[in-house]
Amino acid sequence: MSGEAQTSWLGRLNIDSLSIWRAIENPSVSEFVGAGAALVAIFGGIGALVLITWLRAWGTLWRDWLTSTDHKKIGVMYCVLALVMLLRGVIEGVVMRTQQAFGMGGGFLAPEHFSELFSTHGTIMIFFVAMPFIIGITNYVMPLQLGARDMSFPVLNQISLALTATGAALVMISLVLGEFATGGWTNYPPYTGKDFQPGPGPDYWIWAIVLSGLGTTLTGINFAVTLYKERAPGMTLFRMPIFCWTVLCASIVMIFALPPLTLAALMLAADRYLDFHFFTNDLGGNMMNYVNLFWLFGHPEVYLLVIPAYGVFSEVVPTFSGKRLYGYNSMVYATMAIAVLSFCVWLHHFFTMGQSANVNIAFGIASMAIAVPTGVKIYNWVATMYRARIRMTVPMIYATGFFFLFTIGGLTGVMLANPVISYQVHNTLFLVAHFHNVLIPGVLFGIFAGYHFWFPKVFGFRLEERWGKRAACLWVVGFCFTFLPLYALGLMGMPRRSVMWDDPAFQPFMWLALVGALTILSAVTALGIQLWVSVRNRAATACPLGDPWNGRTLEWSIPSPPPPYNFAQVPQVRTRDDFTDAKATGRAYQPLSAYEDIEMPRNTAIGMIVLIGSTLLGLALIFWIWWLAIVSVGVMLTALIGRTFWLNTTYTIPAEEIARDHQAWLAEVHAAQRITRAEETQAANRGRAALELPQGVSV
Amino acid sequence: MMQIRCLFSTLTLFVVLSPAFAQTRDSFLQPAGPIADAQRTELLQILGWTMIAIIPVFLLVPLILWHYRYRNTSARYTPEWDRSRMLEVLMWGVPVIIVCILSAQLVRTTHDLDPYRPIASDTPELRVQVIGLDWKWLFIYPDHNIATVNALTIPVDTPVAFELTTDTVMQSFLISSLAGQIYTMPGMQTQLHVIATETGTFQGENTQFNGIGFTDQKFDTTVLSNSDFSAWLAQVQAADLSLTEERYATLAAPSTGAQAKAALASTSGPDGVVYFASVPDGMFESVLHRYMHGNEIPASAQPGTAAYQPNALEEPDQ
Ligand code: HEM
Ligand SMILES: [Cu+2]
Repeated sequence: MSGEAQTSWLGRLNIDSLSIWRAIENPSVSEFVGAGAALVAIFGGIGALVLITWLRAWGTLWRDWLTSTDHKKIGVMYCVLALVMLLRGVIEGVVMRTQQAFGMGGGFLAPEHFSELFSTHGTIMIFFVAMPFIIGITNYVMPLQLGARDMSFPVLNQISLALTATGAALVMISLVLGEFATGGWTNYPPYTGKDFQPGPGPDYWIWAIVLSGLGTTLTGINFAVTLYKERAPGMTLFRMPIFCWTVLCASIVMIFALPPLTLAALMLAADRYLDFHFFTNDLGGNMMNYVNLFWLFGHPEVYLLVIPAYGVFSEVVPTFSGKRLYGYNSMVYATMAIAVLSFCVWLHHFFTMGQSANVNIAFGIASMAIAVPTGVKIYNWVATMYRARIRMTVPMIYATGFFFLFTIGGLTGVMLANPVISYQVHNTLFLVAHFHNVLIPGVLFGIFAGYHFWFPKVFGFRLEERWGKRAACLWVVGFCFTFLPLYALGLMGMPRRSVMWDDPAFQPFMWLALVGALTILSAVTALGIQLWVSVRNRAATACPLGDPWNGRTLEWSIPSPPPPYNFAQVPQVRTRDDFTDAKATGRAYQPLSAYEDIEMPRNTAIGMIVLIGSTLLGLALIFWIWWLAIVSVGVMLTALIGRTFWLNTTYTIPAEEIARDHQAWLAEVHAAQRITRAEETQAANRGRAALELPQGVSV
Repeated sequence: MMQIRCLFSTLTLFVVLSPAFAQTRDSFLQPAGPIADAQRTELLQILGWTMIAIIPVFLLVPLILWHYRYRNTSARYTPEWDRSRMLEVLMWGVPVIIVCILSAQLVRTTHDLDPYRPIASDTPELRVQVIGLDWKWLFIYPDHNIATVNALTIPVDTPVAFELTTDTVMQSFLISSLAGQIYTMPGMQTQLHVIATETGTFQGENTQFNGIGFTDQKFDTTVLSNSDFSAWLAQVQAADLSLTEERYATLAAPSTGAQAKAALASTSGPDGVVYFASVPDGMFESVLHRYMHGNEIPASAQPGTAAYQPNALEEPDQ
C-alpha cells in the first residue's frame, strides 16, 4: 500500500494527530484557534451526552428518533444535523472574514489553518448544511403533500440519513484527530494527490464525500420513487403541489449528478491508496479529468439545492398572498428546463483551462440560457402577488429578500457565464460573492422560509414572529454587507482563498464585509433566541388543529403534529391546491364512514449500525487501520444481509385507535373559532382558518 | 422596506468608495490594453442589457407588496386568477430576446478575445515562456536567452505570446489590466496573447490556490518603451547568475520569490526578483516533457511535492 513502514495497530494515528497536542507543543494564536475548535467539538459532544443522560432521554431518543423509520422523524433529524453544522459553518465564515479584515500583510491565522477553514467551510456548507436541510424539509413535507403514509423505502431513508451523518461526523472528528484537507471544497488534484499531500487531510474529504454521497444518491432514488408511486388517488402529476414538482426535478438531478462526484473521489482515493495514476502528474495522469468529473456533479449540485428552494417559495408566496400560484404550468416547465439545462453547463467552471473558443461559446450560451426559466420563475412569483392580499410574515420577508438579492446573483451569473468576463473574474472574490449570492438568498433563505412555514406542522406550535422578523432582516442586511463588497474586491483582482493581501484599497471593503459577517452572526443568534422563546411560549402559539396559515395543500388538512400514519384515510384528490378547494366546497374536515387498520414500518437499529460502522470505516481508511476497516465492513454487511431475513418488519395500528384520535381532532376543529388572517399571528390562531373571499364572490 | 434601504446604502458606498480603484493597477476596470478594455466594455454591456429584465422586478416587488398588503381592503383581490396569455409571452419572450442578444455578442467577443488567438500587429511578437513554480513564476525569454523570477517586463505596443506550463500543481496566470487568466498545468502547455498599449506597472498573480505561499505568488508586469526595454534586456544579460539545471532545481523547491533569491544568493534585480543572464536551450520544453514520457517519476524528483529533493532532478531520466 503506501510507502511508509507502519507497525502500530492504530495505523498512522499517533499523539501528533491530536490537534490539542500540537497546540501544546508549539503554541501560537493559530494553533489555539484550532485547539479551541477541537475543545468545542469535544465538550459539545460530551455536553450533549451528559444532557441526554441528565434528562433521562436515552430511551426516548432511541425509540422515538434514532431507530425510527418515520419519514417525519427522519426529516427532523436531517434538519437538526444541518442546524448544528450551520453553526460551525457560519463561525468558520466569520473567522475567515475576521482574518481577511486584518489580513493586510498578515493577520492572526497561519496560512495552513486558513486553508483548512475554507475547505471545511465550503464542504460543510454544501454537503452538510444545504443538502441535509433541503433533504430534511423534503422528507417531512413531500409525503404529506402527496397524501402518502411514508416514503417508498423507509429503511433506506434511515440508512441515507446515517450515511449523511457519517460524513458530517468525519468532518467534526477532523477537528480533533489529524487535520482536514486544504484543497478547498473542490479538492483538485494534483494538489490533493499523495505526493503533494501525504497527510490524512484529503482522505477526510474523500471519505466524507463518498459516504455521504452514497446516502444522497439513495435519497434521490427514494424521493423519485415516492413521487411516482405514492401519490394519493386523484393526484395526477399536474395536480401535485409545486414543491413536489421541484423535488421531482431535484431528485432526478441527485440520481444523475452524485455518481460523477463519488466516482471522482474514489478515483482520487485509488491514486492515494493504491498507486493508481488517474490524476497524478506522471505516468499519464491528467487532473483535467478530475475537474471535468467534479463539475459534472458540481453545477447540477447547486441546482439540486436551489430547485427545492424555489419550491418552498412557490408554496410560501401563494399561501401568504391568499391566492393561487400564477402560471403553474409555466413554473413546472421552467423547473424542468432548469434541471435539464443544469447538466449542460458544467464547463463554465473552467473556461480558463485552454479549450477552444467554440467549446467555451457553446457552454457560455447554455449557461446564459438558464437565466430564461429562472427569470420566468421570478416573474411568476411577482404575478402571484399581484391582486393578492399579502401578509408580511417571516417567510415573506425571506421571500422578499430573495427576490431582490437573487436577482443580483442572477445578474452576476450571466456575467460569469460569459467566457470573456470569466477569464477576468474566475477564481476571484467576485466568484465567491456570486455563489454566496445565489446560495444564501436562494437556498438558505428558502430553507429558513420553509422552516418558519412548516414548523407549526411539525411541532404543533408557531415560531415567535418578532424574533423571527429580526433574524430575517438581520440576514438580509448582513448578507448585503458581507457579500456585496466582495464583488468590488473581486473586480479589483483579489483571488479567492487568500489568507492575506497587500493592497490598501481593499481595506474599506474588508471592514464592510466584517461588519456584515458579524451581522450574520447576530442573525443566527436571533434564530437561536427565537427558538428558545418559541419553545417557552409554546402554549400561546399552539395550533394543533393543523392549519395556521390557511394552507392550500394536503399537509395542512391533518392535525399538527401529524399522527404516525399521517392520514386517517388516504385522501381523494379532486384538484390542484386540493385543501383550499376542500375548504371552500365544504369537503374539508368531514367525518369518515369507516376506519381501517393501518400497517406501518417498525423501528430498526440498522441505521445506527450503519452510522457507527461507516464512521469507523471512514476513520480506519483515513488512518490506515486496516483491521478496523475489515471489521466494520463485516459488521455492516452482516447486519444488512441479516435484516433481509427479518420478516416481522411492520406493525399494525388498530382502526379503533385511529377512529378515536381522528374523531377527537374533528370535534376540536368543529368547535374551534375560525381565524381570519388578521389574527394569524395571535394566540387565538389554533389552526382553523376562516375563508376570506373577495366581496361579491361566493362558493 | 428594510432590504431596499440596505441594498441602496451598500450600492452608494460602493460608488463612493470606487475612487479606491484608482490607486491600483491590478484590475481590468483600469485596462492597459485592448483586451482588458474589451472585457470591461463587455461587463458594462451585460449590466445594461440585463437591467431590462431586472429593473421591473426591483420596481414591481415593493409596489405590489405595498399596494396589495392584507390591510388594504380597497385593492382588487382575485384569488383564482392564475394565467394570462400576454404576460406569459412577455415573461418568456423578453428574457429570450435578451439572452439572444447577449449570445450573439458572446460569440463574437469570445472569438475575438480568445487567449489562443495571436494578436495582429506590424510589430513582431515577443515570446515569453512561463513556468509556474511553488510560489513564484519563472519567465523565460527564448529569443533573448534570458530568464527572470517574478519579473515580467515587456515592450509597449508589442504583441506578447505566452506559452505556459507548471512544474508543480495547477496554477492560474492572470495579469488583469492586460488580459484574462489561463490555467497552467503540469505536462501541458497553454497559451495567452496580450498587448499593452500603455507603459506602467501592473500586477500579475496566481489565482489558483496552491499551498501556504499562494498569496506571495504575485509579480510586477512592467511595460516599457522599446528603448527602455532594450536597456532592461541588457541589464538582465549582465546579471550575476545563469540559469542552470542545479539552480532550476533549487528554484523549483517550494519557496517564495524572496526565499529563492536568498537560496540562490542572487544579487541582481529588485527584491524578490531574480535575473538570469542566460538559459540552457530547451529549458521550457524539458520541464514540459518531463511528465510526457509516461514513465514513473519518484516524488523526490517532482518539484512541489512533500518529498521533493532538489538534487534528485539532476539524475537523467531514461
Ligand atoms: C453565513 C455566512 C457565511 C460567511 C460569513 C461565509 C464566508 C465565506 C468565506 C470568507 C469564504 C472564503 C472566501 C475565499 O475563498 O476567500 C467562503 C467560501 C465558501 N463558502 Fe461561505 N460563507 C457563508 C455562508 C455560506 C453558505 C450558506 C454556503 C453554502 C450553502 C457557503 C459556501 C461556501 C463555499 C462553497 C465556499 C468555497 C470554499 C472553497 O474555496 O473551496 N458559504 N465563505
Ligand atoms: Cu455552474
